[in-house]
Amino acid sequence: MHLYPVEKSLQLFPFSCGSAAPTVSLLFRVWLPLCLFLRRIITTQAISSFGGLQLLNGPSVADQGKLTARERILLLLDPDSFDEYDMFVEHRCTDFGMDSSKNKYPGDSVVTGRGRINGRLAYVFSQDFTVFGGSLSGVHAQKICKIMDQAAMVGAPVIGLNDSGGARIQEGVESLAGYADIFLRNVLCSGVIPQISLIMGPCAGGAVYSPALTDFTFMVKDTSYLFITGPDVVKSVTNEDVTQEQLGGAKTHTAVSGVAHRAFENDIDALLNLREFFNYLPLSNRDPAPVCECHDPSDRPVPELDTIVPSESTKAYDMLDIVHSIVDEREFFEIMPTYARNIVVGFARMNGRTVGIVGNQPKVASGCLDINSSVKGARFVRFCDAFNIPLITFVDVPGFLPGTAQEYGGIIRHGAKLLFAFAEATVPKITVITRKAYGGAYDVMSSKHLRGDVNYAWPTAEVAVMGAKGAVQIIFRGKEADAEEEYVDKFANPFPAAMRGFVDDIIQPSTTRARICHDLDVLASKSQSSPWKKHANIPL
Amino acid sequence: MFTWETLCSRWCLVTSHKLYSSVYDPNEKTFEKLLIANRGEIACRVIKTCKKMGIKTVAIHSDVDANAVHVKMADEAVCVGPAPTSKSYLNMDAIMEVIRKMGAQAVHPGYGFLSENKEFARRLASEGVTFIGPDTHAIQAMGDKIESKLLAKNAKVNTIPGFDGVVKDADEAVRIAREIGYPVMIKASAGGGGKGMRIAWDDEETREGFRFSSQEAASSFGDDRLLIEKFIDNPRHIEIQVLADKHGNALWLNERECSIQRRNQKVVEEAPSTFLDPETRRAMGEQAVALAKAVKYSSAGTVEFLVDSSKNFYFLEMNTRLQVEHPVTECITGLDLVQEMIRVAKGYPLRHKQADIPINGWAVECRVYAEDPYKSFGLPSIGKLSQYQEPLHVPSVRVDSGIQQGSDISIYYDPMISKLITYGSNRAEALKRMEEALDNYVIRGVAHNISLLREVIVHPRFVQGDISTKFLPEVYPDGFKGHKLTDLERRQLLATAVSLYVVEQLRSQRFLGTPRIPIAKSKRSSWELSVHLGDGIYPVAVSKDGSSFSVEVDGMKLNVTSEWNLASPLLSVTIDGTQRTIQRISRNASGETSIQFLGTVYKLQILTKVAAELSKYMPEKAAEDTSSILRSPMPGTVVAVSVKPGDMVSEGQEICVIEAMKMQNSMIAAKTGKVKAVHCKAGDTVGEEDLLVELE
Repeated sequence: MHLYPVEKSLQLFPFSCGSAAPTVSLLFRVWLPLCLFLRRIITTQAISSFGGLQLLNGPSVADQGKLTARERILLLLDPDSFDEYDMFVEHRCTDFGMDSSKNKYPGDSVVTGRGRINGRLAYVFSQDFTVFGGSLSGVHAQKICKIMDQAAMVGAPVIGLNDSGGARIQEGVESLAGYADIFLRNVLCSGVIPQISLIMGPCAGGAVYSPALTDFTFMVKDTSYLFITGPDVVKSVTNEDVTQEQLGGAKTHTAVSGVAHRAFENDIDALLNLREFFNYLPLSNRDPAPVCECHDPSDRPVPELDTIVPSESTKAYDMLDIVHSIVDEREFFEIMPTYARNIVVGFARMNGRTVGIVGNQPKVASGCLDINSSVKGARFVRFCDAFNIPLITFVDVPGFLPGTAQEYGGIIRHGAKLLFAFAEATVPKITVITRKAYGGAYDVMSSKHLRGDVNYAWPTAEVAVMGAKGAVQIIFRGKEADAEEEYVDKFANPFPAAMRGFVDDIIQPSTTRARICHDLDVLASKSQSSPWKKHANIPL
Repeated sequence: MFTWETLCSRWCLVTSHKLYSSVYDPNEKTFEKLLIANRGEIACRVIKTCKKMGIKTVAIHSDVDANAVHVKMADEAVCVGPAPTSKSYLNMDAIMEVIRKMGAQAVHPGYGFLSENKEFARRLASEGVTFIGPDTHAIQAMGDKIESKLLAKNAKVNTIPGFDGVVKDADEAVRIAREIGYPVMIKASAGGGGKGMRIAWDDEETREGFRFSSQEAASSFGDDRLLIEKFIDNPRHIEIQVLADKHGNALWLNERECSIQRRNQKVVEEAPSTFLDPETRRAMGEQAVALAKAVKYSSAGTVEFLVDSSKNFYFLEMNTRLQVEHPVTECITGLDLVQEMIRVAKGYPLRHKQADIPINGWAVECRVYAEDPYKSFGLPSIGKLSQYQEPLHVPSVRVDSGIQQGSDISIYYDPMISKLITYGSNRAEALKRMEEALDNYVIRGVAHNISLLREVIVHPRFVQGDISTKFLPEVYPDGFKGHKLTDLERRQLLATAVSLYVVEQLRSQRFLGTPRIPIAKSKRSSWELSVHLGDGIYPVAVSKDGSSFSVEVDGMKLNVTSEWNLASPLLSVTIDGTQRTIQRISRNASGETSIQFLGTVYKLQILTKVAAELSKYMPEKAAEDTSSILRSPMPGTVVAVSVKPGDMVSEGQEICVIEAMKMQNSMIAAKTGKVKAVHCKAGDTVGEEDLLVELE
C-alpha cells in the first residue's frame, strides 16, 4: 500500500513557504482548497487501505486464520514494489440502500495493482473479504479486467488471490456481466501470459470458473473452498450430507477432483511458495524460459542412477528419486503431487534453466497411463509448450490401464489428450526411457515419432509392444516354453529401438544430467512450426 | 556400473595408506581364488586385501544385493538366494554349491553370518576348502560359554569368580560370597540376562538376596540352582587381539577399548585404551595368548575381558573371527589382519615376534549406523542414501564401508553404514580428526547416528577416558536428545542460517540473459528477520558486505564468511574466526530449513519480520491425537498382531510386535479403549510412522 507521500504532496503547493510569503488572497483561493483536496486524497486512501476492517462488526479475518487482502499482497510482492490501481473506485449500486455512505468503500472489494516478485513484474488482484464478503460487483470486475488487459499488453503474469463470497447480489446482472468479462479475459490471456489463482477463502458458484480457466490453481488448506454449489444446496437437491471441506476443500481438489494443483498449509506458506513458483515461469509467451544463477555443476555425474532401476522388471522404484538427483540442487516444484500419482509432473531447473518434467511413476499403479494421469500430463505439457519451457520426459510405462472403468470413462479420448499435447509441442523435448516403454504408451510419452528432439534409453530400457509374457501368449498361444526367453532377448532391451534410430543413444544413467544440460544448451535456439490453423482441435 | 573412480580412490586409500606397514610379497604363494561368505563393508574389506595379495575373489549376494558394492568389487559374484539371511548368507547348501562351481580354494567368512559356525567350517574341511579362521575344535570350544570358561581357568586366565549350583541355606550363600569377595551378584541360574539379579555388598544383603533369588528360582523356573558371581562395578569392556599360526606361535596385538555400548552393541572403539598401564596390558596379552595356545588357536581372534575400576580383569569370552573393530588395531600396529589371516590359513608361520608389535599413535573408530539415535540410542532406519559422501578429504581418515550413493539400507541386514576410523599421533589428535570427519560426512536419505557419535567423542568424560559400559545410560539418563547448544553456538547457528537465507534470497533475484522487461534490481543490503529455533523466536538483523555478512543476534554482532555454494552438501563457514563445517539438509519456500551443526540437525524457520508478525494470525493446526493411534516407531516386519477390530484393550496391553534387525519390539496401547481398525497383519512389512492400529 502506498499512502500519498508527504514530500510529493508538498511539491503540489504552488508556493513553498520558504521562497516567498503567499498573499492572503492566494492563501484562501489556492492554498486552502488544495489542502482540503489533499486531505481528501489521503483520507480516502487511508479508508481504502482499511477495507471493511473499519467496521467493528465486520467479519474478523484474524479469527478465521486468514490475512487481509493487503497483507497478502505485502507478503507476495517485493517490499515497497506494489503500485496500486483504482483505490478511489466505488461501487455504483443504488438499490437496497447500497448508495448510503456507510455502504461505500473506496476501492470496493478488491485490491489491484502491479508489483515485483524477485524483481520481475507481476500484476495482482487480491479480493477483500472484509468488504461485502469480497463479493464481485461491477466495478470489482472492472478493476480486475483493467489489470488483466494491461498485463496482456505488457506481457506479464496475472496472479489472483481469490477470497470472495460470490456475486454481489444487490447488483444483479451487472455482477454476472462482471464475471463474464473476467472469463473472457482469462481465455484471451490463456497461452499469452501465465495466470495463477490462489484460493484463499471461499470461492463458489460462477466465481470458480475464473480459477478453472487460469493455468494454475493453488489452495490454502482448511480455509479455502471451491464449489459450484454449497453443502446446503447439495442437501436440498441430491439429499447428500456433505461438509464444505469434503465438498470443495483443498484435500478434495488436490487428491480427488484434480481441480487444484497444490495446497499449502496457511496463507503465509502459500504466498511464500507462490513467490518461489513464480521464479520458474517466463513472464509471457514472448519470453524464453528463465535462467537462474546455478551453483550445481551441469556436468555433475549422478552415480546412484546406475543402480536405481531394479534388476527385476516387476519391481518398483521411485521416479522422484531420479528427478531429484538429476535436476539442479534436488529442487523440484511438483504440480498435482497428490492427484493421479502414477504420473509425476512439475518444474525444475537444469543448469539454471526452467524445465518441465514429466515422468511415469512406477511406484504407483506401475506407472501406467489412465484417464486422470493422461489429463494431468496433457495440461502440464501444453502449459510448458505455450510458455517456451523445455520438456524432459522420463519413461517407464507398462501401457494404458485396461478395464471397463477406464473404457467407459473414455480412456481413448483422454489418453489422446496426452498424445496430442506431446505431438503438438514445439519446445525442446528430451526423453529418457529408464525401463519399460510398452505399446501405445511408448508412442505417447514424447517418443521420437512425435518430434522428440533427443531420445535416450538407459541400458535397462525395454521398448516393445508389450511385456514378454503377454507377447509370447499371443505369438505362440502359450505352446512354446522357452519362447519367453527369446522374446526377452529380442525386445526387452533398447537395441531394437536404437537400431532403427528411434532412440538416439543408449547412455550410462550416471551421465544423464550432463547429457540433458548439454542438449538444452544446443536446443535453446530450436525453432519449429506447425501448419497454419485457427487452432487445433484437441479431443476435449 | 560402479564407477572406477570411486573404486580406485578407495582402493588407493588402502594401498597407499600409511596406516598399513604390511608387506605384500608377490612371490609368496597363496590361494588363487577366495570366496567371501559375507556382504557389506567386511566383504569389501576382505576383497581389498585379496586384491593386494593377487587373489581372485568371489562374492556371494542375495537378490536385493545384486547391485551392492561388494558384488561390483569382486572378480566374480553369484546370487545365493532371496533377501532373508537364512535363505542367502546363511544358506550353507547354496554357498557350498557356489564354492564348488567357482572353484574357490578358501573361504573368508567375515564376521557374523557363518563366521563362528563350526558346521560350516567342518563342511568346508570335508571338501578340502580352507576356512580362513581357526579350526573347528577352537570354534566349538570357544563357542560354548561353559567350556570356554573351563578352558580359560585351566589356562590360568582370570575368570569371574563365581558359583553355580544348589545353595543349601543363607549361611552357605554368605560363605560363598565371602570366598568370592564382595560385591557379589546373586540370581537364579535359569533366569536369563539380568532378570532377578541382586547385588550384595555385605553378608546381610547376601542373606536377603539368597532368600529372594531362591524363592524366585523355585517358583518361576522350577530350578533351585543359584548363580553367585563377583559383581564388577563400573566395568569396562577391553579386548585383546590375538594372532596365532598353525605352528604354535601366538602374538597379542594390544587391546581395544570398546566400553561405549548401547544394548550390548559397541558404538565407539579405540586402541589403545586410556585405562591400561603397560603391566596390565602385558598381563592381559599374555593370558590371551595362553588361552589361544591352550585351544591350539590359529588365525586372528579376540579375547574379551571385563576390567573393573581397580584394573582387575576377567575373561568374558573369545571371538574366533575377525572383529568389526579390527581397523583400530591395524592402525596402531600397521598389520593387515586379513592378510595375516590368509597367510596363517595357507600354513605360513607368523612373520612377527611379540617385540615387533608396536603401539603407534592412537586410533578411534565410530560405527556409523542408519538409525535414529533419539529413540533408545538408536532404532533402525531404512531408506535410500540419496546423497552419500565419505570424509576422505580429512587427513588420516579411513572409512570401511560397503555402500555408495544410491544404496538401499534394507530391513534385512545390519543397518551399519560404515566404520569411520581416524588416526593420530596421540588421542587428542585422533579425536580432533574424528570430530572433523563426522562433520564432513554427508549421509542423506536415512536417519543416522552421527549426532550421538559426535556428542560422545567430545563429552568431557569420554575425553578424560572416564568411561564404562554404562556410559550412555549414565550420561543420558533420559535418552539422547542431541547436542545442547550453548549461547555462543546458538548465535553461530542463527548467524549461519540467516546468512544462507539471505544468500538464497539474493540469488533468486539473479536471472541470466537480458529480459524483455527489465528486472528491478534490489539495492537492499540489510534485512530484519525472525528465526524460530526450538522453543525460541529470535529477531536477527543481517547486513551484507561483499561476500560476508554481519549478523546481529541477542545484541551481539557476528561476522560470517563463506564461499556460499548453495549446491554443495558441505559448507565451510567462518563465524568470527571460528571455522565450522555445516550441512544444509533441507530448505523450502516457507523459510523452513534444517541444518546439521555440530553433528545435530536443527530445524529452523526463517521469516521476514513482516511475515513473522503476520504468522501470529495463522491457525494452529490441531495435532494428531496420538493416544488413540499406534504408529510403527521404525521400519520392520509385523511378527504378531494380538488384537482385532472391536476388541477392548487396556492401557499397556500389547497390541502387536514389530521385528526389525534382530530386535523384537512390543507395541502397547497408550490408553484403554475399543479397537477401531487394524491396518497391519502378521508378516507385513511396515515403514516408519506407518499406521498400525486405531482405537476409538
